[in-house]
Amino acid sequence: MVSIAAFVWFDMAASIDCASQASILARFQIKRGEFALDAELNVPARGVCALFGPSGCGKTTLLRAIAGLEIDHDGMLQVGEMNWQQGSHFIAPHQRPIGYVFQEASLFAHLNVLGNLEYGLKRIRPADRKVSLEQAIHLLGIQDLLQRKPHSLSGGERQRVAIARALAVSPRLLLMDEPLAALDQRRKLEVMPYLKALHKELDIPLIYVSHALEEVAQLADHLILMEAGRVVASGEIQQLFTRLDLPLAHELDASAIINASVAGFDAEFQLMQLEFSGGTITLAAQPLQLGEQVRVRLMARDVSLTLQHQSATSILNIFPVTVAEILPAGSAQVTLKLDAAGVPILSRITRKSAHDLQLVPGKKMFAQVKSVALLS
Amino acid sequence: MLNEADLLALGITLKLAFITTLILLIIGTPLAWWLSRSQWRYKFLLEAIIALPLVLPPTVLGFYLLLLLGQNGPLGGLLQALGGSPLAFSFSGLVIGSVVYSLPFVVQPLQDACSAIGYRSMEVAATLRASPLDRFFTVAVPLARPGFLTGAVLGFAHTVGEFGVVLMIGGNIPGETQVVSIAIYDHVESLEYSNAHWLSGLLLLMSLLMLLAVYGFNRRFRLVRHGG
Repeated sequence: MVSIAAFVWFDMAASIDCASQASILARFQIKRGEFALDAELNVPARGVCALFGPSGCGKTTLLRAIAGLEIDHDGMLQVGEMNWQQGSHFIAPHQRPIGYVFQEASLFAHLNVLGNLEYGLKRIRPADRKVSLEQAIHLLGIQDLLQRKPHSLSGGERQRVAIARALAVSPRLLLMDEPLAALDQRRKLEVMPYLKALHKELDIPLIYVSHALEEVAQLADHLILMEAGRVVASGEIQQLFTRLDLPLAHELDASAIINASVAGFDAEFQLMQLEFSGGTITLAAQPLQLGEQVRVRLMARDVSLTLQHQSATSILNIFPVTVAEILPAGSAQVTLKLDAAGVPILSRITRKSAHDLQLVPGKKMFAQVKSVALLS
Repeated sequence: MLNEADLLALGITLKLAFITTLILLIIGTPLAWWLSRSQWRYKFLLEAIIALPLVLPPTVLGFYLLLLLGQNGPLGGLLQALGGSPLAFSFSGLVIGSVVYSLPFVVQPLQDACSAIGYRSMEVAATLRASPLDRFFTVAVPLARPGFLTGAVLGFAHTVGEFGVVLMIGGNIPGETQVVSIAIYDHVESLEYSNAHWLSGLLLLMSLLMLLAVYGFNRRFRLVRHGG
């Protein structure tokens, strides 16, 4: 009786809360021989949430537990207003409104592409069909593959069909387990734009498992860092990428992510300006609209510091920053966290330079950015 | 040419093989599925028992079946106490014997086919809203089709070719339990070589055609489990 009452209360609390900000709450403890997952999750149920960590850290197990494919009898899972698991209450995987993309496309070999796409679609109520078959086909660009058998498709095409198949069930939550990991670099580049398009055009929260920082930087809004079966940190990607107490900032390709908007074009030199609160970024022009939201990545090793604003320099991107934190990176270098009007940026310079410039937290400097990568 | 008794024997043989194959597919499918999925540590015991007819002399199997099904046997006695007819020396007895005798020939190809499907396809079907029974029939069965075909043909052919078990539990009652293999034996005993030729040739042709069908259909499918 008590537990039922608690249940109702929980549901009500969740539905009141979800009106303003829906979230995914989970707690799982799963033991598999040597490996133990012990994870708690609280992430927004919107946008892309990346589960990031080294191989074997438990991200796939966590994703499978969210789908109900891996069972922890004492686990808890709440997605927005939906209670999927708590106590003895457990919704079977096939009754959860999810779309799941596995690492290998895993298309049904006995059905053609259209048959694969329709398999899930046929099994949901017409009232629940929010994503049409045409939309899923169009979004993944697989119009010409419909009559083909899975074995005649390339790896990239197969994975696109698998993603479209997962979309066709109009999921309320998309789960993807390293959908690009089994593809070579060319196929990755082939599929990536479609993943980004999903993000833009469909309002379906996505939990994306990856061990590739590059993919995470391109897609994720929210990041969950995992290590040895535990969640090490969880938060907005801009914040986590630049936290010096986390391993990401110490990677060779440590970087900062900046969200900016297109502010202008320079026709003569074929450049464009992006604006963010910390200043203006100039880079090679791309076919984008004025005001369009884009994401750029600044590698820590491409950001140097200077005390005065340099004028006679080939570097275009210079903005005022305040040193926020300094941490040694190896014996000869340091990693700095800089604050560009509220936007965190990383810089990696030699320990000698940091010493000569007498860099300490609070010191005002200018960051010179050698190159900027446009991510969207 | 074939005489009337030969045609009767042929009819009984085909009827026996059809019924046996049907029963084996019905009980073999869930059994094979379970064997391919179960993590039970003593599963190997069951697998060994199912495989027994592969190595046991048919006469041994027939002897124990006779004891089991006969008037004084536990099963035959029980049936008679319930008002049924004895199973030994009856067509029903032959069906039971054939089911036991041909079980591994159906279960093993099915088990191999089920194992080959793996867990992934079934998980994919689950995330596409298919219930366990739904995904069994719409994913597992179509993917295991080569296994079904091989199992059915092997079960059928093996039943057609059975001799020792039939002789032990069915006897040699024309029109009731006399099958082709026994009719051939009778013909040879009576030096009726022409009749023996006709029946033997027919059986040879039938077996060859069935195997050709399986191999032609499942080009890539291995017929014998540990054959290579």
